[in-house]
Amino acid sequence: MSDAPDQPPLVPASTSGSDPWIGLRRFTSARIALGRTGGSQRMETVLDFRLSHARARDAVMAPFDLDGVAYRLCAAGLSTHRLATGVTDKKTYLLRPDLGRRLAPASASDFRARAESWGPRDLAIIVSDGLAAQAAERHAVETVTHLAAHLGAAGWSLYPIFLVPCGRVKLQDEIGELLGARFTLMLLGERPGLGMPDSLGAYFTAGPAASRTDADRNCVSNIRAEGLPPAAAATKLAWLLLESARTGRAGVALKDEQPAASALFDSPGTLDSGSV
Amino acid sequence: MSFATSIGRTRHTFATLAELLAKATPHRSGDVLAGLAAASAEERIAAQLCLADVPLARFLGDLLIPYESDEVTRLILDTHDRAAFAPVAGLTVGQFRDWLLRYETDTTVLSALAPGLTPEMVAAVSKLMGNQDLVLVAKKCRVVTAFRSTIGLPGRLSVRLQPNHPTDDPQGIAASILDGLLYGCGDAVIGINPATDSVPAMEALLKLIDELIRRYEIPTQSCILAHVTTALEAMKRGAPVDLVFQSITGTEAANKSFGITLPLLAEARAAALSLKRGTVGANVMYFETGQGSCLSAGAHHGLDQQTCEVRAYAVARAFQPLLVNTVVGFIGPEYLYDGKQIIRAGLEDHCCGKLLGLPMGVDVCYTNHAEADQDDMDSLLTLLGVAGCNFIMGVPGADDIMLGYQSTSFHDSHYLRQVLGLRPAPEFEGWLEKMRIATEGRLLPATGRHALLADV
Repeated sequence: MSDAPDQPPLVPASTSGSDPWIGLRRFTSARIALGRTGGSQRMETVLDFRLSHARARDAVMAPFDLDGVAYRLCAAGLSTHRLATGVTDKKTYLLRPDLGRRLAPASASDFRARAESWGPRDLAIIVSDGLAAQAAERHAVETVTHLAAHLGAAGWSLYPIFLVPCGRVKLQDEIGELLGARFTLMLLGERPGLGMPDSLGAYFTAGPAASRTDADRNCVSNIRAEGLPPAAAATKLAWLLLESARTGRAGVALKDEQPAASALFDSPGTLDSGSV
Repeated sequence: MSFATSIGRTRHTFATLAELLAKATPHRSGDVLAGLAAASAEERIAAQLCLADVPLARFLGDLLIPYESDEVTRLILDTHDRAAFAPVAGLTVGQFRDWLLRYETDTTVLSALAPGLTPEMVAAVSKLMGNQDLVLVAKKCRVVTAFRSTIGLPGRLSVRLQPNHPTDDPQGIAASILDGLLYGCGDAVIGINPATDSVPAMEALLKLIDELIRRYEIPTQSCILAHVTTALEAMKRGAPVDLVFQSITGTEAANKSFGITLPLLAEARAAALSLKRGTVGANVMYFETGQGSCLSAGAHHGLDQQTCEVRAYAVARAFQPLLVNTVVGFIGPEYLYDGKQIIRAGLEDHCCGKLLGLPMGVDVCYTNHAEADQDDMDSLLTLLGVAGCNFIMGVPGADDIMLGYQSTSFHDSHYLRQVLGLRPAPEFEGWLEKMRIATEGRLLPATGRHALLADV
């Protein structure tokens, strides 16, 4: 085949599909070797992209099936308690991260009254839809039940699982401070990527307090079937929590040296303000 | 001294210059979040009416962040060129907007003026400019920089090849680099956002690109977008660093939250210059910015996000960068809510940076939780091409699989070059011809036997 511009092949390679170096796709999930029509993307790749974006948008805007999550946690033998932030709709959630970081005043006063009855415990687990309800719906129950089993075996005491729609990562500081909890762990849907609309993030804090910042936290991200599966994530989180309790370290000072899972991904992850 | 104007029976007053600037700013979610935005559409125009009457010279005395407490303020005032400022010294902000649009205010005039402008003056005038003003004024500016390629020449559009990979896998990154080169992209820089910010990871990636550049004699430069301290350490270990990268912001406190100071940036630049790796120029810095970063760091000092952004350009200007890139839609909807706000911010950042003499590029981008889509990006991309933007990003299929956001694709650059008759950097254009990748603005038919694919 000649590649001179004035002798185009009968059916130009540029309009017949992907580029000839499509074999390079075995090295990356990036959208390479897409082919072209003229210099532009082909119909097929344009529509494929649009579908991915549509699914990510739907994931951001989808309602949170709180009842379903509560029911399945109950079925697994874990009690739940519901809380609320000042956010009541998705648009406000996106525009006002400050509201998602605090309990609604009514919810907070209710909660203060209940906190007394639970007494101080080791860990408060909080589940929220965050930026992808389906992440919480699909992976939170499995992650929590595995984690509760690991920590129960290590003698840790847990609060009921707190379910809070429209929460942000920092919400755990207020909840933990009101409870007097030793640790808090927040599970919430991450900002959906194009190919992954159901990725769950987990962020924990030792000694939760209003003064805590992202640098004090540890993060395990990309919890989903094709990423870090929930059971493996629970193992990792349990290891990190126990290690933090043992060494007194947290945040950037707590290094993930767990042998088996450490190669799977990086921890602590970066806490992008846009995603949490 | 406060500012006031009457519209009908309503008296609008603004206590400080910072409040006036914030309330004169076109609506965006980040200023609302910060509690700084105008309370009504009328109040916004009242603020613009007041701002139009403020003398430009006032910005040299009425400081938004005190000289004593902020090194960026000190940098701005200590490097201000009064002689260059003279032609506009007697103008108000409103008169300055009109002056910028005059036929007589051409490239030469604007180049001479740049050292006489402060970020606050430029931010102020941009708030009074419509989108077409932002396009026209930017188009009249010209900022040319060079390392192994020359970027920013008239009629040229360069592309940063951004071959990110979620685990920094060398083969995965190499695959995306080859794809980008075969699409004629990469003349601004081959720049990787590493998933892991570590010296060994940076060294490995630098060697990968360095070998590629040497082997195929590609007239471009590499950059690993790790922290400046990582680059400094890599240079100490003898790694082949072309450009030093850093994210920067417009206040000392926000820069501190990024782990940087002005002396640290100066040290990194000196180290990169000492390597003498450039062939046609010695601009060795690559900076990234974006509206909202100061507020996000809790260090905005009550300033609106666009004014903070332009102050970051004063930081960039002090280090003669090859590239400055505003990553306009990355930060999320709490700062720039939708396509309209992202488009406006992209045009503002590009124009303000150019007025201050910076080689501005724009990462035309959005996240999946922003109210934006590819059509919005097509619009901003086209507007920036018309405005003479120095460079854009080139990401495979516009989908960055490491950072999880959508930028511009290799194909997008071909769209823009076709529709506006733009060409790559001259050195790179020659290389594309030599390598039989593209000629006369067109990609040559793809072949699996291309020299770049010989070892794959």
